Amino acid sequence: MLLISCPNCGSRDETEFHYGGQAHVPYPENPNELDDRQWAEFLFYRDNTKGAFAERWLHSTGCRQWFNMLRDTVTYEIQAVYPMGAARPDKAAPAPESGTASTAPDSTTTGTAAPDISGTSTAPATPAAGTIAPEGATK
Amino acid sequence: MADLLPEHPEFLWHNPEPKKSYDAVIVGGGGHGLATAYYLAKNFGLTNIAVLEKGWLAGGNMARNTTIIRSNYLWDESAAIYEHALKLWEILPEELDYDFLFSQRGVMNLAHTLGDVRESMRRVGANKLNGVDAEWLDPQQVKELCPILNISDNIRYPVMGATYQPRAGIAKHDHVAWAFARKCDELGVDIIQNCEVTGFLKDGNRVVGVQTTQGTIHTEKVGLCAAGHSSVLAEMAGFRLPIQSHPLQALVSELHEPVHPTVVMSNHVHVYVSQAHKGELVMGAGVDSYNGYGQRGSFHVIEHQMAAAVELFPIFARAHVLRTWGGIVDTTLDASPIMGTTPVDNMFVNCGWGTGGFKGTPAAGLTFAHTIATGTPHELNKPFALERFETGALIDEHGAAAVAH
Ligand SMILES: Cc1cc2nc3c(=O)[nH]c(=O)nc-3n(C[C@H](O)[C@H](O)[C@H](O)COP(=O)(O)OP(=O)(O)OC[C@H]3O[C@@H](n4cnc5c(N)ncnc54)[C@H](O)[C@@H]3O)c2cc1C
Ligand SMILES: [Zn+2]
Repeated sequence: MLLISCPNCGSRDETEFHYGGQAHVPYPENPNELDDRQWAEFLFYRDNTKGAFAERWLHSTGCRQWFNMLRDTVTYEIQAVYPMGAARPDKAAPAPESGTASTAPDSTTTGTAAPDISGTSTAPATPAAGTIAPEGATK
Repeated sequence: MADLLPEHPEFLWHNPEPKKSYDAVIVGGGGHGLATAYYLAKNFGLTNIAVLEKGWLAGGNMARNTTIIRSNYLWDESAAIYEHALKLWEILPEELDYDFLFSQRGVMNLAHTLGDVRESMRRVGANKLNGVDAEWLDPQQVKELCPILNISDNIRYPVMGATYQPRAGIAKHDHVAWAFARKCDELGVDIIQNCEVTGFLKDGNRVVGVQTTQGTIHTEKVGLCAAGHSSVLAEMAGFRLPIQSHPLQALVSELHEPVHPTVVMSNHVHVYVSQAHKGELVMGAGVDSYNGYGQRGSFHVIEHQMAAAVELFPIFARAHVLRTWGGIVDTTLDASPIMGTTPVDNMFVNCGWGTGGFKGTPAAGLTFAHTIATGTPHELNKPFALERFETGALIDEHGAAAVAH
C-alpha cells in the first residue's frame, strides 16, 4: 500500500486516492487541426516509463483535489508531490506543455535514476508558463 | 493428488552460446516467445532462430498467471482467435508430447446484478453464434456444478446466475513453457537465458541486429514478445506503443482436499478461483491501479479479493494464504492485444495481452510466427494490428468479455 502525502490533507493510505495516469498531457490547443495519428496519440498513447514517472492522483475520499506526483515505477518510491499546473520538479526547464499532444516531453527515462530531489516533497518554485488545460480524469 | 503430477524432468533444452547471427530473433522467453519460435520452426522451417530471455525461461508472467483458459469473448475478432487457441490447447499435449495437465473443467462467470445478467445472456448468444460452447445457468444450476458456492440471497452481491463454458479450464503454466521449450530445442531453436536486449541495430529504418548483455547479434527479423516490458523495447527501437504496464497480483492457499471442481470468476465482486491439481486454491483479481514494473502490488488489493472470495465461498474462511506474488501486465485501452508490424521495418510486435494472455499463447504463437515469416498479418491477428488506434476499429472487450482473464 502506498502512503501518499496529499498536499492538502497530509499522509493518507492509497485506498483514499484515485489514479489518473500520466501527468502533463494537455488537451490539444487546436483540436480541429489534428490528424488521425495525432488524435490516436492524444487518446490512446501515454508514456509507460520504467523509472521516474510524473502522474496524476485524485484524493477522492478526502479533499477531492487533483495533484501531481513523481514516483519511481520500479521501486514505487514517491519522489515528489506537486500541484497541478506546476512543472516536473526533476526537470531543469518547465515541461513544454504547448502545442499538440503528439510527443511526450519525458519519454526517455528508462531505468536511469532521476536527479536527486529528495526533500522537495511539496510545491516547486516554477509555475508552468502559459495556461494549463484542464486535466480531468481520463480513466 | 500430488501423485498425479508428472515426474519433474531434468534437462529439456540446451543452453547454447548465442551465434553471431540468426534469421530471426524473438525477444522474451515467456509463453508467447516460445510458442512463436515453435511455430516458426515447425510451420515455416525457420530453425536458425533464437529466443532471448533476460532472466530465466518463463520467469515473467508465464509462470505467474492463474492459468485460466477460455474463449467466451464477446466480439467476433476475439472469439475467433481465442477459440482457435482453445482448439490448439486441445491438441497440444499430444503434439508437444507433454502432459501439462490441461484440464477442461469448465469456467463459470458469475452475474450479480441485472446489468450482469443481461450482459452475460448477450455474451452467451454471441458465443453460440461464433461456435463457442456457452450456457446460461440459473443459481440452482450454479450450485449443482459448484456446491461450495454461496447462492443465498442475503449476501451483498447475490449470485443471479452465471455463464458457463464447459470446454474452458486450466493448465500447468510452467510445464506449458517447458513443453514448448523442449520442442523448440529439438527443432534447432537456440534458447538463450540471461540475455537482455539493451538496444537495436538499424540500417536506415530496418532493424539488422540486437545489442544484448551477451554481445551483439545480427538478425534479419525481430519479434517482440516482452509483455510488461514491451514499451521499454519499443522505445529502444524508436516507436511508441499504446500500453500501460500495471502490477497484477495472485495468491495461493496451502494444499487442500479437492473441494472446487471448476473455475469460478466474478467480475462484479472481483475475484476468480480455481483449485490447482496439487490442491492449492488459486485466486486472482484485477490490476493495481498505478503503473508499475515492480512485480509487486499493494496489499489492499489482496485483502479485497479475499473478502470477495470468502463471501462467495464461506468454506474458504479457514484457509490460509501461503504465497502472494505479482507480474507486470501490458494493458491496452480496449483490453485487446496488439499484433503485427511496427513503424520499424522487419520488426514485429506481439503485446498488450494484459491480464489474459496465457489462454491465447498457442494462437498468439501460431499467428505471430506467420506474421514474422511472411511479413503479413494472419487472418486471425489482422484485426489486432497497431493501426486500430488510428482507424478507431477498436475491439472493446472491457466488461464485455469479463474484465480479467
Ligand atoms: C498474476 C497474473 C495472473 C494472470 N492470470 C491469467 C489467467 O488466468 N489467464 C490468462 O489467460 N492470462 C493470465 N495472465 C496474463 C498472462 O500471464 C500474460 O498475458 C502472458 O503470460 C503474456 O505472455 P508471455 O507468457 O509471453 O509473457 P512473459 O512470461 O511475461 O514473457 C515476457 C518475457 O520477456 C522478457 N523480457 C522483457 N524484457 C526483455 C529484454 N529487454 N530482453 C530479453 N527479454 C526480455 C521477460 O523477462 C519475460 O520473461 C495473468 C498474469 C498475471 C501477472
Ligand atoms: Zn486531500
